Amino acid sequence: MKKSGTLIFGIIGWVIAIIIFFPIFWMTITAFKTERGAYSPDLIFMPTLESFRDVFARSNYLVFVLNSIYVSIGSTLVCFIFAIPAAYKMSFFPTLKTQGRLLWMLSTKMMPAVGVLVPIYLIFKQCGLLDNIFGLIIIYTLMNLPIAVWMSYTYFCEIPAAILEAGRIDGATLWQEIWHLLRPMTLPGLSSTGLILIIFAWNEAFWSINLTGANAAPLTAFIASYSSPEGLFFAKLSAASLLAVAPIMVLGWLTQKQLVQGLTFGAVK
Amino acid sequence: MSVATQPPVSAPVGTPGDADKPNRLLGLLELPSVGALFLWMIVPLALTVYFSFIRFSLLNPDVSGFAGFENYQYLIEDEAFWPAIINTIILVGAVLIITIVFGVLLAVLYDREFFGKNVATLLVIAPFFVMPTVSALIWKNFIFHPDYGLIAFVLGKVGLRPIAWFTDFPLLSIIIIVAWEWLPFAFLILFTSLKSLDSEQKEAASIDGANPIQLFFFIIVPHLQRAIGVVVMIETIFLLSIFAEIYTTTSGGPGHASENLAFLVYSLGIQGFNVGTGSAGGILAVILANIVAYFLVKMLAKNLKGR
Amino acid sequence: MNRLVPPLLVAILLSAITALAQQKTVTIATVNNPAMIELKKLSTKFEAENPDIKLNWVVVEENILRQRVTTDVSTGSGQFDLVFIGLYETPIFAKRGWLQEMKNIPADYDIDDVFKSIRDGLSYNGKLYALPFYGESSMLMYRKDLMDEKGLKMPDQPTYDDIKKFADALTDKGKGIYGITLRGKPGWGENMAYVGTLLNTFGATWFDMDWKPTIDTPEWKKAITYYVDLMKADGPPGASSNGFNENLTLFASGKAAMWIDATSGGGPLYDKSQSQVADKVAFAPAPIQATPNGAHWLWSWAFAIPQKAKNAEAAEKFALWATSKPYIKLVADDAGWPTVPPGTRKSTYDNPEYQKAAPFAAVTLQAMQTADPTNPAIKPVPYTGIQFVGIPEFQSFGGVVGQNISGALAGKMSIDQALKDSQAAVSRAVKQAGYPKK
Repeated sequence: MKKSGTLIFGIIGWVIAIIIFFPIFWMTITAFKTERGAYSPDLIFMPTLESFRDVFARSNYLVFVLNSIYVSIGSTLVCFIFAIPAAYKMSFFPTLKTQGRLLWMLSTKMMPAVGVLVPIYLIFKQCGLLDNIFGLIIIYTLMNLPIAVWMSYTYFCEIPAAILEAGRIDGATLWQEIWHLLRPMTLPGLSSTGLILIIFAWNEAFWSINLTGANAAPLTAFIASYSSPEGLFFAKLSAASLLAVAPIMVLGWLTQKQLVQGLTFGAVK
Repeated sequence: MSVATQPPVSAPVGTPGDADKPNRLLGLLELPSVGALFLWMIVPLALTVYFSFIRFSLLNPDVSGFAGFENYQYLIEDEAFWPAIINTIILVGAVLIITIVFGVLLAVLYDREFFGKNVATLLVIAPFFVMPTVSALIWKNFIFHPDYGLIAFVLGKVGLRPIAWFTDFPLLSIIIIVAWEWLPFAFLILFTSLKSLDSEQKEAASIDGANPIQLFFFIIVPHLQRAIGVVVMIETIFLLSIFAEIYTTTSGGPGHASENLAFLVYSLGIQGFNVGTGSAGGILAVILANIVAYFLVKMLAKNLKGR
Repeated sequence: MNRLVPPLLVAILLSAITALAQQKTVTIATVNNPAMIELKKLSTKFEAENPDIKLNWVVVEENILRQRVTTDVSTGSGQFDLVFIGLYETPIFAKRGWLQEMKNIPADYDIDDVFKSIRDGLSYNGKLYALPFYGESSMLMYRKDLMDEKGLKMPDQPTYDDIKKFADALTDKGKGIYGITLRGKPGWGENMAYVGTLLNTFGATWFDMDWKPTIDTPEWKKAITYYVDLMKADGPPGASSNGFNENLTLFASGKAAMWIDATSGGGPLYDKSQSQVADKVAFAPAPIQATPNGAHWLWSWAFAIPQKAKNAEAAEKFALWATSKPYIKLVADDAGWPTVPPGTRKSTYDNPEYQKAAPFAAVTLQAMQTADPTNPAIKPVPYTGIQFVGIPEFQSFGGVVGQNISGALAGKMSIDQALKDSQAAVSRAVKQAGYPKK
């Protein structure tokens, strides 16, 4: 390991990180400004919590955030329950049809949501699923399932079958195979898959706004109420966005540790 | 029967004794996913196809009856139709190239150790967490804005005139915003995939005298092939129907310069609550997506193969 | 004494249970404009006075609201008991029988106090289908201090020729001051709202009496050329992405000398916590040119009850409360007179306190009383609506025309091309919808 290169890489890495993060940084500090000051390019200013106070007074944040959590985590769990067995089978026991099947799954996402809004709305209305958390969970599961299968499949493919076979020859049962061999090796991959699924569900702003009312509305609807066609709203929107992004940033930070844990395949040799 | 003599396409099944049982069981593993998705695809698709062939306007219930190809004609004959298709393809292509090239470079860079790497990684991933509508608003008002934006501020300091991004470079502005949103996604997948690259392989190659560039092109990039394939496929599906960013910033304008197919469908169909036209648009979008996917699969065939 | 307690407890418990069981929820869908936010805040008083009614709010941005409400109302899904709709949708929805008539209006509500133009706009076949929460027209807002500096005086009724003269004189791009700012962001309710009034007053029309579009005409060309040239010479850069909010910010931060837009812009401009020009802004009627018809628009956000609402009676009760005289006083006490819902009742404008606190009141009143959607153009036309054409298809073709106009403004297409494309688009749209109707 060359030590001298580390400093240069570190600097480049950090510069890029700061550039990429800058818009979010700006949104964060705007959340602490007054509406009038929201448009000024000042970096130094008197921070105030008035925008947050307005946001909490105006909307029932707790209801929105709980709905978002239920729907995102719920749909991701259901996704995994469906996707992992499928990905396992497709990766370790592929058939001639497997590639085609994978592509077909992805093709179910080709219809833009705008085109299919009315049919889905009518179906949900008939089934009483409007303004209902389960309705959203169903839609998000179906929306994310192709991604879950694809990504899990990709990470499973990186595991040499030889390892599992070695385990089988050593007498491991299916359960042991999954728990002791497969799980540790695919955990980073499945964690990043899970994080991505949760984020897709969390930020999904079309179905969540059109199919919910006062009861099942998640944070995307909360944000939609801050982008006003009349009147200044930037500080409040920034505050609201911060509140909407915070839970998921925390989750991302926690999952990061899993991802960064890294792994080597020294075990195979 | 030894594993080695089985044809490569069918799987190693395990000990010879239970050759039949796992096969049936395995089929069941796939079934829930395939079945659910099949229903999800067929029912709305059938309804949408049906709606696309009738006259159905939510606000105008008098206008009804079989429309034949009228709805499709209405869309295709619009001046903005072909420009919208071209814009859609440009948008998808440009964002794919930007996110994958930078994604790979960033993943390689962050594969190394440096101070505070964990925090820096979180910063790089951050844009992915923010809702597209909010991202678009931030870029529009705080960065691109010719009066209050950061870029105008910097340009002013060096004595240049501000650029009206959404007026003069609408499609480019949208591409920048969307690429910023999706770079973390590409980075995350590629970065994770890089973790499974055997460091022994890398060391062996450099001992053999390979320089970093050769290392990059002959060891790292091939390893990332499959991950790149996944990123391309998933991003393409999403990018084809980008809507929120356009809606929030340019509304397809000026003129039709930043209008893509999804927005056109909204503008001609949904906005007038014309379900017939909107459904026809949805079907056309599916056709376009299938065409794009066909070419992609051809190009990436070897990236997408299994083990 | 002791023997009475158990029955008393039971009685209290029973009445509590029956009250809870009878508690009706009213689900309200509304826009997130400042006036509505204030209403939501003060609505707790209504709930206190009416313990059997619980209000559930769904607050979203205007375009999303329109989408959700229209879908709900037209498919009869009964998701909402009370919806906010505008002057545009009300007659269209009422005609289809999707709204319940506003019937039980008590005498002390004083329905005649509400401006006739708004009442008519919210009615169909003589029956009222929505109660107006606030109304607005359009007017000219300008910087008196900048005019004084250049020795210019604003006439009582400016013309667009005056405006061009003033804008040229007031523009000082070196100091970052633009003579005028106008809406340019594409949208039937964005740039087309303003451009619609410009077209009307220049003598242009959308359709002739046979429902043939009249876009590719000299009047349209004159009006749009004026608009594009004015903005190029005296407007801010990036005008084609500026909507109401962006222009409000420009004017409020002192960068624009004139602004023609909604009368509801007066409130925020006069508010020192939001505006840097509160003591420098003055108001005048919207400019005219060839005709005063349709030179300023008419709009109102109003409460309507969908046909399939679950708790229509409770909904109407709340709607009456929120649009009544006492409510206006409530807002005045809570947030000050300049922020009360404007443009609905004459009594607000007769109130001396309001006149004192809101210097834009006089101009607004005049505008509200003279805006006539039944007579929007220089010649007879088959449609009603000043800044919109009151047919369902307008949302779509109005949007397309808006895109073309903003394209011309940005210099991405010639004005002739924009008009030609718009003519074609509108022709196809009305043909598809079957106009003229037999």
